[in-house]
Amino acid sequence: MATLSPQRLRELKLHANSVRQGIIRSLLAAGSGHSAGPLDMADVFTVLYQHVLRHKPEDPEWDDRDRLLLSCGHIAPVRYSAMAYGGYFPVEELLTLRKFGTRLQGHPERVRLPAVETTSGPLGEGLAQGTGMALAAKMDNRSWRVYVVTSDAEHQCGLHWEAAMTAAKFKLDNLIAIVDRNLIQIDGCTEDVMPLEPFADKYRSFNWEVLECDGNDIAQFADTIEKAKTVKGKPTVIIAHTVPGKGVRYMEGDYTWHGKPPNQQQADQALAELEAQREELLASG
Amino acid sequence: MASVMNGAAAMHLADLSDSKAVKQVPTRNGFGEGVAEAGKRNRNVIAICADLSESTRMLGFKEALPAQYIEIGVSEQLLVAMAAGLASAGKIPFIASYAMFNPGRSWEQVRTTMALNETNVKIAGAHAGVSVGPDGATHQAIEDIAIMRCIPHMTVVVPCDSIQTKKATLAVAEMNGPVYLRFGREKSPIITSEETPFELGKAQIFREGTDVAIIACGILVYNALIAAESLAKRGVQCLVMNNHTIKPMDEHAVVGAAAKCGAVVTVEEHQIFGGMGSRVAEILAHERPTPIEFVGVHDRFGQSGDPAELIEYYGMGSNSIEEAVLRALARKS
Repeated sequence: MATLSPQRLRELKLHANSVRQGIIRSLLAAGSGHSAGPLDMADVFTVLYQHVLRHKPEDPEWDDRDRLLLSCGHIAPVRYSAMAYGGYFPVEELLTLRKFGTRLQGHPERVRLPAVETTSGPLGEGLAQGTGMALAAKMDNRSWRVYVVTSDAEHQCGLHWEAAMTAAKFKLDNLIAIVDRNLIQIDGCTEDVMPLEPFADKYRSFNWEVLECDGNDIAQFADTIEKAKTVKGKPTVIIAHTVPGKGVRYMEGDYTWHGKPPNQQQADQALAELEAQREELLASG
Repeated sequence: MASVMNGAAAMHLADLSDSKAVKQVPTRNGFGEGVAEAGKRNRNVIAICADLSESTRMLGFKEALPAQYIEIGVSEQLLVAMAAGLASAGKIPFIASYAMFNPGRSWEQVRTTMALNETNVKIAGAHAGVSVGPDGATHQAIEDIAIMRCIPHMTVVVPCDSIQTKKATLAVAEMNGPVYLRFGREKSPIITSEETPFELGKAQIFREGTDVAIIACGILVYNALIAAESLAKRGVQCLVMNNHTIKPMDEHAVVGAAAKCGAVVTVEEHQIFGGMGSRVAEILAHERPTPIEFVGVHDRFGQSGDPAELIEYYGMGSNSIEEAVLRALARKS
């Protein structure tokens, strides 16, 4: 049975649209930053913040909260936007992204913005920290879960696999990793730069449960994560297949948008496209 | 060594007058006792080891407190990053491996997940220095103080003997924040006693003197005391400071010693670049320019050998310290 009702699905699609618009506005204001990854993960972060996480935006350090870690810190604009539209801070604050004195650092810092849980940016470190948190929860019989969002390219880091091995050793079924499988990295396609396939098999051989879904299909992702929560005795990875730059046609699938922001004219075009998608969603209701 | 006792009686030092009677215990033993005690006092203290539980002396903790012990195998980057995650959830992890790998291999994880992230993780760097001996250069960490002390928020501690290592371990368990605690493999002289005070960030005067201040840390504090005793017979009175906290360093004590003596010799089992002596030089360059001689490894790697012969070969024996004192004395204006 589908996790989301048709009405709820439509709400989340509209929410994801807002998150995407927030990403474009913040990147334009910042004048630097990454575009493709944040856009392709807008649906995942919408589902996480609006449907999955046990959390209190007004009390971000609530002790019983689920921990959401963003390992690939460079896609922070999607997290910041999802947080702003999720009630953590005013949406206008998104325009301070990457500026002096901001809580919204170019790469997230826990000390400046505790709700981000970890300081990230150097790749391959999130799963290790999430493994530590999940183990702490097990040691103390706590019921909160740990979700770690990773990029596909950071699976080229050795540390990530040290953590994968360890999470399986300790049977951390309170740990769910979500991979943004968008197939791109700075220097090109992941399979050209350093092939990751057979990707799912790698995780299976590390004794993880492996689930795959379309990461830009909100209903499918919501169903998949519910399934992941039922897995016992081992950690689960959700390989979320996404389209880089999703929602903005001129960026979709183009790896050159990995690490640059839109200029004014490009941002206007992106926002117009997103607004048209929004109108379409509203009309469909 | 009566003058040691007379000059710094408040330190309750051991009797070092008969070198053959001086008790020898590896500093790592003090760590092992300290971390187990810390774990018993506070159940949130946990120990994580990267396949070296016996040689880092975490074995006692593992046997006494198995529910608080985590074994992760040979993965030193994980050691740090995973500990940071555990610390974020309220644990106080001590993470142990050889200093060459932890923090030698894990520097960026230390910087990002421990220091920038302000997590309460304690690195136990075992087998530091050339005194590791036969294992050779690959296992002799002599750059670790430099790479740790340059990181904001980091506390760096190098105790002088096993008794002090135990006290330092208990002290860092009590403080909140990232720590690098460094100790060695070989047996080394017990200089202090149970009664010797210990306070993080507070340097200790182990011998009074007015001609040259020898500022030392780690197991070489003993060699500094031997050198000072020998020099006293030639009429040169050295102050000997046990400068166990490299960061934050006791600037007041360092400046005070320099002011009193007018010349300084720093002694450490580490490269002379970037270590304890470099920090002393930074402080004095700013506060009180003073002639300084540096005893340590001079921009070389170690090699296999007997620990004592390596200490001598790399210029950190008591004779080398005496020579450095005389050079410093000659530079006094």
